[in-house]
Amino acid sequence: MKSYPIRIRPYGKHAVLVEWPNLVDKSILEDILAFVDCFKSLNLPGWEMSAAYNSLTMVNHLGEIDYGHIKKLIDECHSKKTKTSNRTERYLWRIPVCYDLDFGIDIEETSATLGLSVKKLIELHTSFEYTVYGIGFLPGFMYLGGLPEDLEIPRRKEPRLNVAKGSVGLAGKQTGIYPQDSPGGWNIIGSCPVSIFNPDLEKPCFVNVGDKIQFYKISSAEYDLRKIEGEVGIYKPEKTILNA
Amino acid sequence: MLKVLKSGFFVTIQDLGRFGYRDIGVPVSGVMDQISVKKANKLLDNKPEAAVMEIAMTGPTLLFESPTYICLSGAYLSPALNNKPIENNKVIKVLKSDVLSYGRLEEGFRSYLAVKGGFKTKKVLGSYSQYFPVTENKCLEDGNEVLFDETVSFNPLLSGIKMENHLKLADLEVYRGPEFELLTDQQLASLFSKPFTVSKANNRMAYQLSELIAGHKESMLTSGTLPGTVQLTPAGRLIILMKDGQTTGGYPRILQLSETSICVLAQKKFGDSISFTLQ
Repeated sequence: MKSYPIRIRPYGKHAVLVEWPNLVDKSILEDILAFVDCFKSLNLPGWEMSAAYNSLTMVNHLGEIDYGHIKKLIDECHSKKTKTSNRTERYLWRIPVCYDLDFGIDIEETSATLGLSVKKLIELHTSFEYTVYGIGFLPGFMYLGGLPEDLEIPRRKEPRLNVAKGSVGLAGKQTGIYPQDSPGGWNIIGSCPVSIFNPDLEKPCFVNVGDKIQFYKISSAEYDLRKIEGEVGIYKPEKTILNA
Repeated sequence: MLKVLKSGFFVTIQDLGRFGYRDIGVPVSGVMDQISVKKANKLLDNKPEAAVMEIAMTGPTLLFESPTYICLSGAYLSPALNNKPIENNKVIKVLKSDVLSYGRLEEGFRSYLAVKGGFKTKKVLGSYSQYFPVTENKCLEDGNEVLFDETVSFNPLLSGIKMENHLKLADLEVYRGPEFELLTDQQLASLFSKPFTVSKANNRMAYQLSELIAGHKESMLTSGTLPGTVQLTPAGRLIILMKDGQTTGGYPRILQLSETSICVLAQKKFGDSISFTLQ
């Protein structure tokens, strides 16, 4: 596995920011996640880490940190991380999306702008595996990378005041799912009936950074079924292990 | 237990925060002004993480249905127990059927109500802190019942705590943020030479400042953010993230407030003045 140079900096008195080269790249993400596995294996109290694209924010909620000491540990972990044995398992998740016009309120306009048929747009959107480069902004919101160029479309000129929870959108080089009702400017092409984030579950978000997402098309009847399964807690997302 | 007869402007139950879920985008939440809360919990001999009621700007009317001891701290909202004025930072005995009400905001912006043993509402993901949609409701509403364990007798160990009143401070101590180096001399001069005003857009997620500084054209990859992170938008607006702030963001993070400064800012309201001092 490739190893990249890192830059370590204090971020206030309780946190440290570690940055990798300024690129969206799967092998950089792998390097970050291998580092996370190594640092977790040290079992230091109070640390929380969140990865996003080329950076890792490390926060300690127990008190002020000894920056010199933690920097040394980070450097050590970064240089020997490939030897860690306890790698986190990564999965490919198959996520159902209903692209019917009732949900995909912008799908006709988006297809027209992109010069594609609605059928072709759905075919493209469902035929790629998207890498989860980060989870943030809202609980359970995934930053997905790997969108084909044919689906790149600017944000809507005027954002909507409310985009429904579950809406699947396209914007720039990104595609994603709104995890809750919120204002938003993405072009809405469908809806996902199941919650990526559910605070009632022991593991509230089944997806981790580094996992992959592939969407598949469902009918409105299946949408209703999956939604009910999700609400009563019997929905099991389809997954395949990636790093067995 | 107590009953909310009339909810205030924005009243929530908060503890020190919801830890361990940052990696799935859950804000840390928790009390905005930890200094005031630690004081109240200490006076009641509570654990520091005991859940309190955070009351912004206008207070609720609360009916106590069990006896306990309370301590108010933070902003002074002219509180009264059964219509008799009471003081902040004092342990006060409360009986069944007593009514706590609030009046004029005299100082600060967020007031705290601590009860002996802390509030015992539903814990979600390890915390009592209300944050929608992690918790079912975003704040307390008329008619809500809030649980706590009754206390019939308690002898306070401390009669008071002498501390500097941080509600009067207006200067925020800041450290260099991750993108501090992007700042031009002109931007640095504007940041540290004059005061700023808290805009109407201020809440538990973020405080925006009214005055703009010179903008920028930097674009960066989304990266982690913390409570107290000062972001600079391309238009030159300063946005200071607070306890319910998003866990990631795409604007340059130019400054980082100290923990004390987060408490100082939490007591500011629309129109109040603040300034930055680099540590």
